[in-house]
Formats: sequence, C-alpha cells, structure tokens
Amino acid sequence: MTVVKVFVNYKESILNPEAQAIQQALGRLGYENITQLKVGKTFELTFSDELTRAEIVQEVNEISDRMLANYNMENYTYEIIELEGMS
Amino acid sequence: MKFAILAFPASNCELDAYYAITDILCEEAALVSYDSDSLIDFDAVIVPGGFSYGDYLRSGAIARFAPIIPALREFANSGKPVIGICNGFQILTEAGLLPGALQKNTVAQFICRDQQLIVTNNQSPFSNLYDEGAIITLPIAHGDGNYYCDTQTLKSLEANNQIIFRYHNNPNGSVSDIAGITNQKGNVLGMMPHPERAVEKILGSDDGRQLFTSIINFIKTGEVAFHE
Repeated sequence: MTVVKVFVNYKESILNPEAQAIQQALGRLGYENITQLKVGKTFELTFSDELTRAEIVQEVNEISDRMLANYNMENYTYEIIELEGMS
Repeated sequence: MKFAILAFPASNCELDAYYAITDILCEEAALVSYDSDSLIDFDAVIVPGGFSYGDYLRSGAIARFAPIIPALREFANSGKPVIGICNGFQILTEAGLLPGALQKNTVAQFICRDQQLIVTNNQSPFSNLYDEGAIITLPIAHGDGNYYCDTQTLKSLEANNQIIFRYHNNPNGSVSDIAGITNQKGNVLGMMPHPERAVEKILGSDDGRQLFTSIINFIKTGEVAFHE
C-alpha cells in the first residue's frame, strides 16, 4: 500500500487574504515574531498495490494538475510513503 | 430564442435567472441539470450563481467536471453566447473557458450589497445596449470574488478588449478592478455581479436588464462582431 501526501499552496507571488487575516489575529494575541504564515491544503491519497511507483507518480501529477491545484494561483508538492505489509 | 440555465448541486440563482428570462424578458428558458449531456436546441447558456458542490476544494473546482461540462465547452466553442454569473464565473475559469481565477476577497468578509460598475466595453454580445463608460448598479454577493491573473494575461485581456465591466471603488481586491471579462473570441462572459437580480425597479435596480436584452439583440441581429 502506498500513501501519497499532496501539499497545495499559493504561489509566492499571490497574496493570500486568509493567511493574512490569521497572521494579523495571531499578532493581536501577542505572537509578533511570525514573519510569514502560509495556509494550504493537504490531501492524503492511499493507493492499492495495483500500480507501480512510476504509475503512481504519473497519476498523482495528473490528479494535482487537473483538480487538486489551480495552476493560476497554486503550486503543489508531494511525498510518497510506502507502507510495508499493510495490504 | 431559448436560454439554458445550468443547475448544479447547490446552485441557488438558477430560478432568479429563469424568472428574469421568462417573466421579464419574455423569452424561453429551461433549467438543465448538471448531469445532462446536451445543450442542443439552445441559443444561449447561463451558468448561474450559488455554491456548487458546497464550494468544496475551490469555488467551481468540482462543478467543472460535471457531466454537462463537455456539452458546455462544445457550445462555447461553437461561438454561441455563454454567461457565467458569480459561481458561474468561478466555474468557467476553473474549466479553462476563461483565463485567471477567483480567490478570497482581500477584505476578510463575504460582501453582499449593491455595487457600482463601469461598462468598459459595449462592443460585446453582453453589453451592446449599454453606453460605453456608463455607470450601472448591480448587486454583488460573494466571498471569492477577487479576480486574479498574471501580468501577461492582464495585458492580453486589455489588448483584446476583453474587460467588459470594472468596479467603481473595487470592493474585493480584483486585479485592475475587474468585475467581468470575456474569452478572446468574445462569446463567453464571466462576471461576479448579479444582473439577474436587477431586472426590475422593485428589486432596487433594473440595470441588469440591458445585459440580457444585449444578448437577445446579439442573437437576433448578429450585429456585434466577435473580436477575432
């Protein structure tokens, strides 16, 4: 069994109003040393053993490009975790 | 003339649009479910506002994969008029039928009020009965109405006269005060304000009416040339 964690975040050039509101609220709570705060999304995809690692990588890229991230505003990264003997 | 009004799970402006087209403009309209696969026999399509699929993932991001979308794409590619209002605008950008994207308002709130707009291009199928530069009032009601595109895309929107409406006193942080844009061909419009909610004086404004009569005028006379 393979678990893939996909992390979607705003591109550096994009101002994220949600992150800004949270950072300002933290500042009001006295946490003033946070110079940057990012808000993104995490998706955890569990794959059966039907696919090879290369096929999983291809599928994850495809899924992220087509649906999970909006290329106008967002970037994505992912990590692949292989779970031995769990299937 | 017949308008198709798409209805996705959690669309909520489809009946306002239906009312505007049938009762006010006296044209035919039909609600078309998200799981249909044909738009044959229609002259124009309205993708209405709402919170399709609960705005899950991103506004419009799930609706763009609904079964009706290939037919919508084909309809748009044939050059017939398509208008996406509010969530409909978000769906059209997610589907790649319009450039850019809509993100959260820069002010940390959902904005629901009347908004003044400037008609920046009246040479479109959607605005040909407005005066160029006219200031009109339409309601806005959105949390994700902040239009974003990169500098290069903005340049091409401006060069091709694709910006149809701009905000007067930008309420949500949109790039270049953009409230409504068309595709390059000019037959697909996306806008955050709600013309269908402003079709009679008793609703506070009837400034939205000319948008629909512009579409009807365009279909009947074919007078507005697409900017190729």
